[in-house]
Amino acid sequence: MPRTLAEKVWEAHVVRRAEGEPDLLYIDLHLVHEVTSPQAFDGLRVAGRPVRRPDLTLATEDHNVPTMDIELPIADPVSRVQVDALRRNCAEFGVPLHSLGDRDQGIVHVVGPQLGLTQPGMTVVCGDSHTSTHGAFGALAFGIGTSEVEHVLATQTLSLTPFKTLAVTIDGTLAPGVTAKDVILAVIAEIGTGGGQGYVIEYRGEAIRALSMEARMTVCNMSIEAGARAGMIAPDETTQAYLEGRPRAPKGADWDAAVAAWQELHTDDDAVFDREVVLDAATLAPFVTWGTNPGQGLPLTASVPDPAAITDEHERSAAERALTYMDLVPGTPLRDIRVDTVFLGSCTNGRIEDLRAAAEVLRGRQVADGVRVLVVPGSERVRLAAEDEGLDVVFKEAGAEWRHAGCSMCLGMNPDQLAPGERSASTSNRNFEGRQGKGGRTHLVSPLVAAATAVTGRLTSPADLPPVSPSTYAGKGI
Amino acid sequence: MHTGRAVALRRSNVDTDQIIPAVYLKRVTRTGFEDGLFAAWRNDPDFVLNRPESQGATVLVAGSDFGTGSSREHAVWALRDHGFRVVVSSKFADIFRGNAGKGGLVTACVAQPDVERLWSALEAEPATEVTVDLNARTVSWGSESVPFDIDDYTRWRLMEGLDDVDLTLTHADQVAAFEASRPSWLPTTA
Ligand code: SF4
Repeated sequence: MPRTLAEKVWEAHVVRRAEGEPDLLYIDLHLVHEVTSPQAFDGLRVAGRPVRRPDLTLATEDHNVPTMDIELPIADPVSRVQVDALRRNCAEFGVPLHSLGDRDQGIVHVVGPQLGLTQPGMTVVCGDSHTSTHGAFGALAFGIGTSEVEHVLATQTLSLTPFKTLAVTIDGTLAPGVTAKDVILAVIAEIGTGGGQGYVIEYRGEAIRALSMEARMTVCNMSIEAGARAGMIAPDETTQAYLEGRPRAPKGADWDAAVAAWQELHTDDDAVFDREVVLDAATLAPFVTWGTNPGQGLPLTASVPDPAAITDEHERSAAERALTYMDLVPGTPLRDIRVDTVFLGSCTNGRIEDLRAAAEVLRGRQVADGVRVLVVPGSERVRLAAEDEGLDVVFKEAGAEWRHAGCSMCLGMNPDQLAPGERSASTSNRNFEGRQGKGGRTHLVSPLVAAATAVTGRLTSPADLPPVSPSTYAGKGI
Repeated sequence: MHTGRAVALRRSNVDTDQIIPAVYLKRVTRTGFEDGLFAAWRNDPDFVLNRPESQGATVLVAGSDFGTGSSREHAVWALRDHGFRVVVSSKFADIFRGNAGKGGLVTACVAQPDVERLWSALEAEPATEVTVDLNARTVSWGSESVPFDIDDYTRWRLMEGLDDVDLTLTHADQVAAFEASRPSWLPTTA
């Protein structure tokens, strides 16, 4: 019987199947961080159970960690307790940990792929909803709750009922300046924040195939914002080229065996999805959100919508509430919205290609007066790579702050937060009320739009900026 | 079977960042999260949970797409710690629903028109008692009774209060057999 990619990976991991019960699935890689794991380790301790496969488990510190003065003890005592608990738990249960100051520390979803740990056809879980990121490799990867974290630690398996399958096909070619972030924001606006519920999404089509691995991760990352547990992209030469030579990628004969197995990992031609959505890449443009859920987005050239024009009663009242919270007036061009802060980072857009793209826009330009710009690499390796290329200098000369790796202002658990009433353009993934700090207002954007917005202080795409004059370059000595 | 007073939360897309904001996630225990429940909204004295008639309520009746966003199980713990035993909505986010099942919080999925009628009944008479019957899969109030949806397995686990890890460990031989068959090229972290 023809099968989809998701079905193939699922079937290959079924440990036990019984009528009327969920399948028991084997988990190939379990990623752990400090926020959702302490209660799980506690559960093991109380029951006197070990971690079954510490060698398939990897922990890192990301959500709480400071992104400056990282050599000092963590100032917030409550954050420190949580990070210390992770360190003690990992030592006690033998789980490898990348701690603050380690070159492999960083956001859990940046660390796994860059080490080559995330590979096609694997099952990957983590107590974090953006685990969907790893689906970019053709892995079945999804977020779990703390009870499930405990279950995986104890048994290396999970009980699950199969997801339905949704194909999102992006045909055609993206215009210059249109990024993976714009693609996924447009997909979410199209299908809604609940549209992917119960599904694993497979992204396909010419525009997806043309994306780099890092851009594919951006797309799969935000599958959860469309309500889907997981997003997947079939592996191809791009995937292999990214993996080859990474520290944990197979080598020698193992590499050949792995590549042969990966070649089977695609949806069969006559496989049937439970649902299909098709978008034309040529119609996509830089996209920004105006509201308080990631589905409330529009092309940057549009204006703040008028709730009165929305026919669905629930969507209308949600839009009204969102505009009150965001302090926006219907009809205002999105390009007139002023921001106080630009955040460049997160597991959505904190990789080296994102930093390169933003630096290219900022090179020879200056951040607008009164705008704070935070550049937070997704991992320490990304930071070091950026510094090798001199990107840190570009950011600093433009007037941005260059930080250490972590989740940072994506969720404001560390000191990097918006003050009440402050407004940001953010490359992260959630514009929920208070997500970046109590009372803070968030517009989700691509790294290109973030960088251009930093220059003007208003939501802006690079195409709107005047060219950099050669004398500016000379003056800056770049 | 559970009977209690209910709160009408007329909002859709209640995400887990609203149920419990990130700054309240720093505890390393499984209890004590009630102070974070709807923390931002509770600053507003008119917020429904702050009203005197909402005190002691055990059933939350919310709009569609309840529990979207972050996978934080703390959202379930905060609702439970506050005293809620059941959330009624027309649509739940997948991860939230799974977490609720583990945390002993019942998620009763009813049709949106039924949610609307229940909201109206509660707003007309806040002392209305709501009964959620896991066995019969019904939500009832006054003279009304509507069906709700919950999968058999979750329902069985909620009724029996079973420990998932114990259940899985009864299949340890099958796990070991599967493990022995995994390709050798798969990565390890050690
Ligand atoms: S960067 Fe943001 S979305 Fe990603 S793991 Fe960290 S907090 Fe979660």
